[in-house]
Amino acid sequence: MATQNTKTLARLMMAPSVLLLLVWMIVPLAMTLWFSFQNYNLLDPSNVSFTGLFNYQFFYTDPAFFQSIWNTLVIVGGVLLITVIGGIAIALLLDQPIFGQGIVRILIISPFFVMPPVAALVWKNMIMNPSYGVFADISKFFGLRPIDWFAQYPLFSIVIIVAWQWLPFATLILLTALQSLDGEQKEAAEMDGANFLNRFIYLVVPHLARSITVVILIQTIFLLGVYAEILVTTNGGPGYASTNLAFLIYRTALLGYDVGGASAGGIIAVVLANIVAFFLMRAVGKNLDR
Amino acid sequence: MARNVTTRHKITATVAAWIVALIIFFPILYTIITSIKTEPEAIAGFSLWPSGTFENYITVQTQRDYLKPFMNSVILSVGSTILALIIAIPSAWAMAFSPTKRTKDILMWMLSTKMMPAVAVLVPIYLLFRDFGLLDSRIGLTVMLTLINLPIVVWMLYTYFREIPGEILEAARMDGAGLWQEIVYVLTPMAVPGIASTLLLNIILAWNESFWTIRLSTTNAAPLTAFIASFSSPQGLFWAKLSAASTMAIAPILILGWFSQKQLVRGLTFGAVK
Repeated sequence: MATQNTKTLARLMMAPSVLLLLVWMIVPLAMTLWFSFQNYNLLDPSNVSFTGLFNYQFFYTDPAFFQSIWNTLVIVGGVLLITVIGGIAIALLLDQPIFGQGIVRILIISPFFVMPPVAALVWKNMIMNPSYGVFADISKFFGLRPIDWFAQYPLFSIVIIVAWQWLPFATLILLTALQSLDGEQKEAAEMDGANFLNRFIYLVVPHLARSITVVILIQTIFLLGVYAEILVTTNGGPGYASTNLAFLIYRTALLGYDVGGASAGGIIAVVLANIVAFFLMRAVGKNLDR
Repeated sequence: MARNVTTRHKITATVAAWIVALIIFFPILYTIITSIKTEPEAIAGFSLWPSGTFENYITVQTQRDYLKPFMNSVILSVGSTILALIIAIPSAWAMAFSPTKRTKDILMWMLSTKMMPAVAVLVPIYLLFRDFGLLDSRIGLTVMLTLINLPIVVWMLYTYFREIPGEILEAARMDGAGLWQEIVYVLTPMAVPGIASTLLLNIILAWNESFWTIRLSTTNAAPLTAFIASFSSPQGLFWAKLSAASTMAIAPILILGWFSQKQLVRGLTFGAVK
């Protein structure tokens, strides 16, 4: 039984991390909220005044805002679609008995460990470059005209790069879940004459549902903030064609020096992230009770 | 094992799996191959047979001082991870072994700090760093990475510590061991594998963090993420040299990553999938 003494000690042990995270969460967020109601430009820092909701209105009426929201949704949705469907397919494949399973796993998981600037630059230069890239070589081999990926399909190109980085994550988690599926259940279903499709729909999918939810939610958190991949490839362009909300805020803050406007955008990003977080916390929280 | 697996089935699955694996791994493989090509070879069209020169690696070092960002990456990722462990181990410990009614709420709240989009606090953090003279400093970035990864570190440690059987603790207490003795002699040996996994995964996460490290550093404290990102400008290096720099930037973490596959699932899903 824990004595009063150990309880106090336990509290002391928890204090540093709780206090640090509390400060880390409250101070910057409060500052962002405060700045979002101010007319504050870094080029004219002596002239700061209260403007109420002007920054929000300004951000809201900026055509780049809706484009960036749309682009954010396309990146999140596109990457999720590719990684979840691809992840399920590859996980099912790896769940079969195969020769060299260990090496195959290592090869497939590798992109996840590649830092975003490297991933983006390798794809931009060596794979997607319209003159010398591998895709261009393939097009030429078939006598087709190479595609200028980042000029013609900037957003789609970024979706491909980011999906390549996250496909291993989805695959690994779904494979882990798949391997925990009871072998006897599979056998029973097989003996009852269920074919592959039936086993997949009635046995595998319900078993994977939870993991798929976790994959979707965790990836969404990270995908809402895709940044380095855009910075080193398109820099948000052409125009605003590949600017997501995170990149627009960066642009407003550090290239436009508009502290107030960027802060208003930041608050909008927090609201968006919180909607996702709400569902993620419920999914993870359920697991704690077991 | 009643499921009979035919050899034919196994061969088909093997071929398919290897094709998928090689396609996914291809960009990394091609980067490694390109890094030992000469510059003219690198843009001479598709070829998997390089001339095998190591000149690019030498040039990256002599022209761009590769070692400096590399050391920054090592210092930042290892430093922030150790700092986070020092702060997190006591917390996770207390939560796992002296849980109260509020433990779950605290854990969930910690997780929620991870949901805050980095870009939302870019402005205040940038201004605070500027005012405290922390821009482009290793100390500033280490603190930043520590705070970012602290929730994951606490969570991972908590899920590992929770698996240590409580009976051992009670036995030690009955034998008159105090809390510190309990920790040092009884539980530390059992907790080391979990701590090691947490260390490994968090070094990987800190090494690859590409928002704050790029925005809050310029030259002195710039780690490899910022170093490589600087190659996006047209004046940057050429492809073979870019490949050499990229290979060196990802190789250490790729190898660490291969060792931490299992912990990856656990750590990144906050214990929701094991």
